[in-house]
Amino acid sequence: MKRMTSTSVLFDVPGPKARARTRIFNIIAILLLAGMLAYVLMVMGRQGQLEADKWTSLFTGNLWVNYILPALGKTLLAALISVVTSVIFGLFFGMARLAPNKYIRGFGTVVVEFFRAVPVLMMMIFFWLFLGQFTFFSPSQLPFIAVVLGLTLYNGSVIAELLRSGVHQLPKGQGEAGLAIGLTPWAVLTSVLMPQALTAMMPSLLSQFVVILKDTALGYIISYPELLAAARRFGSGEGNILQMLLLAALIFVVINFALTLLAEWLSQFLSSRTDVEIKHADGVPGEVDNARPKTEMMFKIPKH
Amino acid sequence: MSFSEQLSTLFATYDVLGAFWTNVQLTFWAAIGSFVLGSVLALMRISPVPSLRWAGTAYVHLIRNTPLTILMTLAILGVWTQFQLSLATSFEWNFFIYAAIVLAIYHAAFVCEAIRSGVNTVPVGQAEAARAIGLSFMPTARYVIFPQALRGSITPLGNTLIALAKNTTVATVASVAEASGMMKSMIEFNSDLIFMIFFVFAMGFVIIVVPIGLLTTWASRKLAVKR
Repeated sequence: MKRMTSTSVLFDVPGPKARARTRIFNIIAILLLAGMLAYVLMVMGRQGQLEADKWTSLFTGNLWVNYILPALGKTLLAALISVVTSVIFGLFFGMARLAPNKYIRGFGTVVVEFFRAVPVLMMMIFFWLFLGQFTFFSPSQLPFIAVVLGLTLYNGSVIAELLRSGVHQLPKGQGEAGLAIGLTPWAVLTSVLMPQALTAMMPSLLSQFVVILKDTALGYIISYPELLAAARRFGSGEGNILQMLLLAALIFVVINFALTLLAEWLSQFLSSRTDVEIKHADGVPGEVDNARPKTEMMFKIPKH
Repeated sequence: MSFSEQLSTLFATYDVLGAFWTNVQLTFWAAIGSFVLGSVLALMRISPVPSLRWAGTAYVHLIRNTPLTILMTLAILGVWTQFQLSLATSFEWNFFIYAAIVLAIYHAAFVCEAIRSGVNTVPVGQAEAARAIGLSFMPTARYVIFPQALRGSITPLGNTLIALAKNTTVATVASVAEASGMMKSMIEFNSDLIFMIFFVFAMGFVIIVVPIGLLTTWASRKLAVKR
């Protein structure tokens, strides 16, 4: 926590006046927030959304065994497979974008830029309907394949960009030293630059997995029986769709939050192993916002 | 019918530009909404008031980790159907407004983090100097930190805007007549032209997204604070 000591000098230790003012603001803010929450609960109560049986059915074995767990399995399966295929796609096209040959580089650029610009949902719908034209795939497999393909092409392209910007952020001397000892440009890329870039981009990669997991929910639109679909099915049967959707959202939040914490821990752990910290790929559109800003420290009033 | 004739009748039957226009409008309104909400959240997260900081952090973590598809479904099936909360007289506008609000709520979390990462680019000395000339928290934030932070956050904000433009396709869940839904029905009725149809719609997004990317890169260079 080097940063904390260097930034806590920013603000003087608040005097009695400032502390009192902060306390007053704090109380006003708590009242406001509590008021908003109370209003929401009141509206929900008026519409009968707070009735006990709408909530108690969230804790029944039937729901978890027959709906939530199988569907969560489908969600995680699609996410896991997509993670693997995205990383392979990303490594392949990341290398293509860094290749010494300008035609390979151009090809990589076109592919990566194209798949980053097209919405994932559109790709899923396309593959779903396109593969449906062949009898080779069974209709029950189609949504899964479409989800994985859509996620792979988009996230693989983002990973390719991460890899490229990771290599570009390495100190110039690394590549030069490799060339100086007589390695070919290709050997410099694969055995000097990429191992370092991969280590440095690990936390960003984990954040990208959060995006993959979240985007599996798009499969709901093309009838993939994932968590959201199961929540909706159970909710319309039991008449507690609001509660079921909130539960589905909460499950996603918990898993993603764990992944985010892992990413943060990993970036601290790896910071001793690499000199570069890749915050985000330059101009990567999407939700790769792992800038992990630490500004809170800046205005936090030091305790004493 | 020749291939080109087929295509021209296809695009005469479907209002493709109209569908894209809906996506552009959704992007526009949601961008304004998420920018306003996101700035407020960013201010909350850097304020000295603990409860505001806590609320801002909770909002960002909850919203950012929830799939947009769930939020959209929640708004339609959870809020609209259960509470009969109509936001406009016509169905069409009602769903449009719902979708725009959900998009704004979702992307506000990313805008907040983008602005915060911009605040990170401001050197500590700037805040110290502001403090030294006697400015308190709000004036420091308004006159010293934020103007510099906004310039530093152009790139992440641009990325958020691009994600927003692409995510407007999820509004199809809220039965808004936008591009991805139209692509689906076009392919269903003209499956032999599937590649052409997908290419046209994909290119539509390339045309929307690439200029935003180029513009933000240009703006972030042009407006960068010289240090």
